[in-house]
Amino acid sequence: MPSLNINGRNMSVEAAGDTPLLWVIREQLQMTGTKFGCGAGLCGACTVHVNGEAVRSCQTSVSDVAGKKITTIEGLSAKGDHPLQKAWIAEQVPQCGYCQSGQIMQAASLLSKNANPTKDEVVAAMDGNLCRCMTYSRIQKAILRAAADMRTASNAGDRRPT
Amino acid sequence: MNTHVKITQAEPADLSRRSFLVGSATAGLALGYSAVPGLLGADQAFAAAGNFDPSVWYSIAPDGLVTITCGKADMGQHIASTMAQIISEELGSNWKDMRVQLASNDPKFNDPVLGAQITGGSWSTMMNFDAMSRAGAAGRMALTEAAAAAMGVPAGELTVKDSVISHAKSKKSMTFADIVKSGKATKTFTPDELKAIKLKTPDQYTMIGQSVPQLDIPSKTNGTAKYGIDVMLPGMVYGKIVMPPVRYGATVKSVDDSAAKKVPGFIKAVTLDDKTGTTTGWVVAVANTYSNAKKAAEALKVTYDGGPNAKLSSQSLLDEAKRLQALDDSGLFFVKDGDTAAALGTAAKVLEAEYTTSINIHAPMEPMNATAELKGDIWHIYSGNQFATRSGAIAAGAAGVDPKFVVMHQMWLGGGFGRRLDADMMVPAVQAAKAVGKPVKVIYSREDDMTMDFSRPLTFQKIKAGLDGDGKLVAMNHDVVSAWPTKRWGIPDFLSPSVDKKGALDAFTVNGADFFYSVPNHNVRAILNEMAHSATPSGQLRSVAPGWTFWAVESMIDELANAAGKDPAQFRIALLDGKGKNDGGAQRLRNTLLAAMGMAGYGTKALPKGEGMGVACVSSQERATASWTACVAHVAVAPSGEVKVKKLTVATDVGTQVHPDNIRAQVEGAALWGLSLAMYEKATLKDGGIEQTNFDTYTPLRMSQVPEVAVSVIANGEKATGVGEPAVTVIAPALGNAIFNACGARVRSLPITTEAVKANMSKA
Repeated sequence: MPSLNINGRNMSVEAAGDTPLLWVIREQLQMTGTKFGCGAGLCGACTVHVNGEAVRSCQTSVSDVAGKKITTIEGLSAKGDHPLQKAWIAEQVPQCGYCQSGQIMQAASLLSKNANPTKDEVVAAMDGNLCRCMTYSRIQKAILRAAADMRTASNAGDRRPT
Repeated sequence: MNTHVKITQAEPADLSRRSFLVGSATAGLALGYSAVPGLLGADQAFAAAGNFDPSVWYSIAPDGLVTITCGKADMGQHIASTMAQIISEELGSNWKDMRVQLASNDPKFNDPVLGAQITGGSWSTMMNFDAMSRAGAAGRMALTEAAAAAMGVPAGELTVKDSVISHAKSKKSMTFADIVKSGKATKTFTPDELKAIKLKTPDQYTMIGQSVPQLDIPSKTNGTAKYGIDVMLPGMVYGKIVMPPVRYGATVKSVDDSAAKKVPGFIKAVTLDDKTGTTTGWVVAVANTYSNAKKAAEALKVTYDGGPNAKLSSQSLLDEAKRLQALDDSGLFFVKDGDTAAALGTAAKVLEAEYTTSINIHAPMEPMNATAELKGDIWHIYSGNQFATRSGAIAAGAAGVDPKFVVMHQMWLGGGFGRRLDADMMVPAVQAAKAVGKPVKVIYSREDDMTMDFSRPLTFQKIKAGLDGDGKLVAMNHDVVSAWPTKRWGIPDFLSPSVDKKGALDAFTVNGADFFYSVPNHNVRAILNEMAHSATPSGQLRSVAPGWTFWAVESMIDELANAAGKDPAQFRIALLDGKGKNDGGAQRLRNTLLAAMGMAGYGTKALPKGEGMGVACVSSQERATASWTACVAHVAVAPSGEVKVKKLTVATDVGTQVHPDNIRAQVEGAALWGLSLAMYEKATLKDGGIEQTNFDTYTPLRMSQVPEVAVSVIANGEKATGVGEPAVTVIAPALGNAIFNACGARVRSLPITTEAVKANMSKA
């Protein structure tokens, strides 16, 4: 019975070790924000973080993630107020919305490593995430907006009284 | 024109048409709802004690929250939020108080114009604007009357704003919440009283035309929006389908489940007995989890009789289309103006060309799924669906019950694009649930979803057109050969009589060919390709027929302009003279084209070698429901034939904007869909099966392929029209024309490939 650390909580799940993480998250833990899109690592809808890295949960077996920190869209922020989530609302990104959990998780992984990505770096990081509604330009804008917001917040936090 | 959507611009839709489906569809298709009170989700909400329900469309709770019930499928066009916005305009509610829920298939939630629950055609806003406005106004009037009585002031002295009703003279005010709590808002309206309400004029709008925050968007950024695939029911088990190798027509000969029985959690293999004919040769592996169902499905050994289509390929369908087109007596006339034979006989110049489009797959990001549960006598179906009226009936057919025993629970749709007009997913869910006696959620794998799509059909079109001595277009014969997606529904009202009354045709295969150009001698034949119809049951893919008819027409218009030695944009403008039946529409289309030309700088400067601009203008979907849309595409073509799309400039005349930002989002998404279909998406049939199974071989546009897109929305105060589709159809011909202008290669087959451009360059 594998034990998983998801969104800061330890949970034991009943699943064979080769079960894709995606289905354990969705069915057993009933956290349905992570989506099934292709089952082949081609669309990015199932993207979650494992130790901070964006991975395709449909291609990750539960046995591979034992003892690692898993974050899903439900755990990205306490109140849905991660700068990316706020930017997604500000830019009114989602249409059908189905791919957007994966898009946000992919973008969060990018911004955790690159606080000031260029447009080309955004495209390179996001090209594996399909959006059938074709909201791509708003996704780009939202990522650049969130990056700017995060830099402003972090600069404000760094300010020391002199 | 489709007989059931004769919407005139001048007056509201004829409400007698609301019964068009219920009245004339065959028994069993018409009444897909539960007659048992209290079982419908929406009914439960409305039954809440103390709520004020001025209309079936919304309810105001004692806390002042206004919950609207959206009868349209919301697949990302934010139609639920749009309905709330139209109601809020007349109701006078604060936008912060608005909430949305999705309707069940109870007929009381039917579209007020269509008389059924069906979402498509970019119809929703235009067909619901009046009804939602009146519902909102009725609520405001009832609340105002109650407030006047409570305050002891004349109702005429009250103003309503932001969910507050105020009396300026006495400085008294009451919130909607106060009034609902008082229980005094009880006024009801007869249909005649509703009709008599004087609605706001556009100069009085405070909500319509504002880009208010879409109500569904926050839930789509934090994982809480519930799609069909997210439904969880107590005791639920899972189904994974084993699909036959042939798209349609196979039958199951044997199922060996000996290996599947060794899969932990395996419950049963269920061979579908689909009397609705929606599916053929499907077997569902049912297990306690989806992963186990998938393992069991892989372990099942199923043998098939491939049926009559098992040897067919895309080439067979195309060959058959060409054979049919060549016959003089094929098809039915959609347009028959003047005498094309005589006019072509005397024309100074005659051009002939053949245009094709490939099979295309919807591939919404949420794979098809449905969850079915039998509770007592009632089947509960949970699925995001665009056609609850028919899909409920198909579910009933699969269950072997009367449709009144089926409740459809609508969910958010993880993409629709026309795919979820179909009901195939209901059949395995219902029959598996029946076989195992438990609720079953059936989820298609991506491979199932792609190979069993109700695809955009392969099409073949031939146009023969004649120019007179002045280079004026005087005659056009246009043949359109395809599977007939809408005929497959088996609902006679969705077919249209041919112009010579010789039969019923599927106008959803020829819409757009009845364009707004003035061509005195003009024939359009709709020809059913029975072979394609049977082998690749086709569906309605975003924009439907105009996705192919304008590819042919707008390419040919450029070829004619070139033959006449005229600028293709000016050639169009001359044809859009607004004479006769084209009055009004033609001028709007001309203006839209001019707007796009202006934005793109068309013809203002010489472009570098290898670059070109191309124009196209369209009036999708139907003539009666057109949104006027034009595109200037700017491309650079390398000597290798590789096309780089530098910019797409799209102008669209939508009459009235309800939500400007949403319109831009829809138009941009539609334009990129058009680009994706024009250059990147192609499916093929081989041995009766679709060859592409996932996003490695069927390849919609990705972020790195997005060009610059400029959108101009024209709102000239005419009636609000739809925006989800028209921009899809304008892109391919604009690109084809731009490529010709860049390098001389005329490509007549979609998608446009590097190889085809290269090959046609050498011909140029």
